[in-house]
Amino acid sequence: MRVALFITCVNDLMFARTGRAVVQILERLGHTVDFPAGQTCCGQMHANSGYRAEAQPLVANFVDTFAGYEAVVAPSGSCVAMVRDWYPRLADGDRDLTAAVAEVASRTYELSELLVDVLAVTDTGARFPHRVTYHPTCHGLRMLRLGDRPLALLRTVRDIDLVDLSGAEECCGFGGTFAVKNAAVSGAMLADKCAAIADTSAEYVAAADNSCLLHIGGGLSRRGGQKPIHYAEILAGVDR
Amino acid sequence: MNAYGTGNITAREPFPVAARHELGDAQLRANLRRATHTIRDKRLRVVEELPDWEQLRRAGAAIKDDVLRRLPELLETFEAAAAAAGATVHWARDAQEACRLVTGLVEAAGVTEVVKVKSMATQEIGLNEALASAGVDAVETDLAELIVQLADDTPSHILVPAIHYNRRQIRELFAARMPGVDVDTLTDDPAALAEAARRHLRARFLSAQVAVSGANFAVADSGTLVVVESEGNGRMCLTLPPTLISIVGIEKIVPTFADLEVFLQLLPRSSTGEPMNPYTSMWTGVTPGDGPQTVHIVLVDNGRTATLGDEVGRQALRCIRCSACLNVCPVYERVGGHAYGSVYPGPIGAILSPQLTGPDGAANRTLPFASTLCGACFDACPVRIDIPEVLVHLRQRGVDARRGRPSAQRAGFQSLAWVMRDRKRYATALRAARRGGAPLRMAASRRGTLRRLPWPLSAWTASRDLPVPPKQTFREWWDKHVSP
Repeated sequence: MRVALFITCVNDLMFARTGRAVVQILERLGHTVDFPAGQTCCGQMHANSGYRAEAQPLVANFVDTFAGYEAVVAPSGSCVAMVRDWYPRLADGDRDLTAAVAEVASRTYELSELLVDVLAVTDTGARFPHRVTYHPTCHGLRMLRLGDRPLALLRTVRDIDLVDLSGAEECCGFGGTFAVKNAAVSGAMLADKCAAIADTSAEYVAAADNSCLLHIGGGLSRRGGQKPIHYAEILAGVDR
Repeated sequence: MNAYGTGNITAREPFPVAARHELGDAQLRANLRRATHTIRDKRLRVVEELPDWEQLRRAGAAIKDDVLRRLPELLETFEAAAAAAGATVHWARDAQEACRLVTGLVEAAGVTEVVKVKSMATQEIGLNEALASAGVDAVETDLAELIVQLADDTPSHILVPAIHYNRRQIRELFAARMPGVDVDTLTDDPAALAEAARRHLRARFLSAQVAVSGANFAVADSGTLVVVESEGNGRMCLTLPPTLISIVGIEKIVPTFADLEVFLQLLPRSSTGEPMNPYTSMWTGVTPGDGPQTVHIVLVDNGRTATLGDEVGRQALRCIRCSACLNVCPVYERVGGHAYGSVYPGPIGAILSPQLTGPDGAANRTLPFASTLCGACFDACPVRIDIPEVLVHLRQRGVDARRGRPSAQRAGFQSLAWVMRDRKRYATALRAARRGGAPLRMAASRRGTLRRLPWPLSAWTASRDLPVPPKQTFREWWDKHVSP
């Protein structure tokens, strides 16, 4: 299958290695990856901060860029949730844009959805000889309803030691601009999340969103210990 | 005219400021964590018992949406039915009007003390304060409300107003302030504390001539009011005193008696985590020779009609005050109810208070930002209020209302959007950001992270490090990957 990669702006700048991992997984499974160069940002930060008018041109740019692809994949639960859950609401009132959104959004997948639901893959052929705990990020969990898809994929990785995280479904406190606007509350939530991760004795904490991992990793780096990792990098067999 | 609401629904200071203050109280956080997690787990257990829970949620939402669509007609039906059954129905536009009305009724009854059933509407309009200034003592008879009242405190939770106290703190409070309590034998055993409160309240129930209540539901076709409670104090208040005054928000209407079937399943499971609440009291006007012989109903708007005017925001009026959203909210769990500055705290408060008070509700405009949009509240809501959707909508309303005024944040978002609208500008900016990372790498720690950054990013580095961008953006790698 020919799959368009939506890298997302945070990954493009800060986590090229996650993008490389997605390309590596899909090419290893025999699929072709396209990277439409017109892509920028999904507009989530604008829309969630109340800048609806500023987000709308980004919606239009996204649907222009990815129109016509059989499947679009992003290694980010929250950016995919933006496209699937919020784009229809942002396009409301514009008939052409609504139609374009309906067309593209239904074929935009978070990585584990593409692998499990569309490509029927459970084993990506990876090896990762480390103890890992998994944090289900909020938008993947409660907007996309990813369920245990990422974990099902991780379970087939050779030599991985997956351990449970207590209070896993609780938010890490990131919330985009929340982390800055309500820094104290965000810091308190982060402290609890980091303590739960520390309790697992895992070497890595994996998740489906690098923005959440940026936050969690920023807290963990002060304590020493666990490292954040996008689960795509584990599925690619990237051993850091 | 759509008047906005007044009363105890306006935050005095911005949420981040109030939250920082509350976060400093380690005992409060420990109490809240314990209590919210207990109720949260109980709720999950009883919800799982019902195979049709999702259908019940949808039914609850649909019934309330129907009510909101034909609210004026249903209110008139309710008024006619209640009046026909012997109740006197009054209408109040806002908190002041409602307080004035109720104070007048209490004064006309010639009493200086009333007993009260726990009620959010009376908290909202500030009735106890209004009665106090008229020389009337309003005695809260719900155990938790009594605790808060004895402490001269305000509630911090819709359902469990004293959630911020533990039993040792309550024992100290009773010993110091409850009249007639035996200080030497009182322990912090919950049963002993309840017994002390029972003795204290029993005398009040038997002597009170006027009771004041709210209502969980108002049935339009029969004119019936419904109060759902756990302790039996409500039943005492609703049946013993000869005069009963009920303050009811206009959104409490359900069309028919049969609709209660849905809500009496949704409410106890969502609020206390019980399959059924111990006491459900229903009354329709006056029953000669049984219960109160003078029944007043005060229907309160206080910003609800204004809220109804907002197509997205009006779903907040479906709320049945179960407080499931508070118990699952990671923000509420850390800061408690007082940080929200309104009698409606937590996620529902963050969308309800600013709508009731309107855009001039000062610090209330910081409330829609008191959320990470994690979505736990929507999943827990028994009437499917999409709280994250309304939060984002209210943020947009706030931004749009201030478009004419200069704002550094808006300028930032606008230039960011200008860059991201265009692929060339975006690619250039990415390169610049990545190059900007080079000197930062010198400042970074051995792990490649930044420990301290200037304002506004100092808010980030107060409790977290920030990694430096790597040497290559993804698209720079991609270009080499496809044409090496």
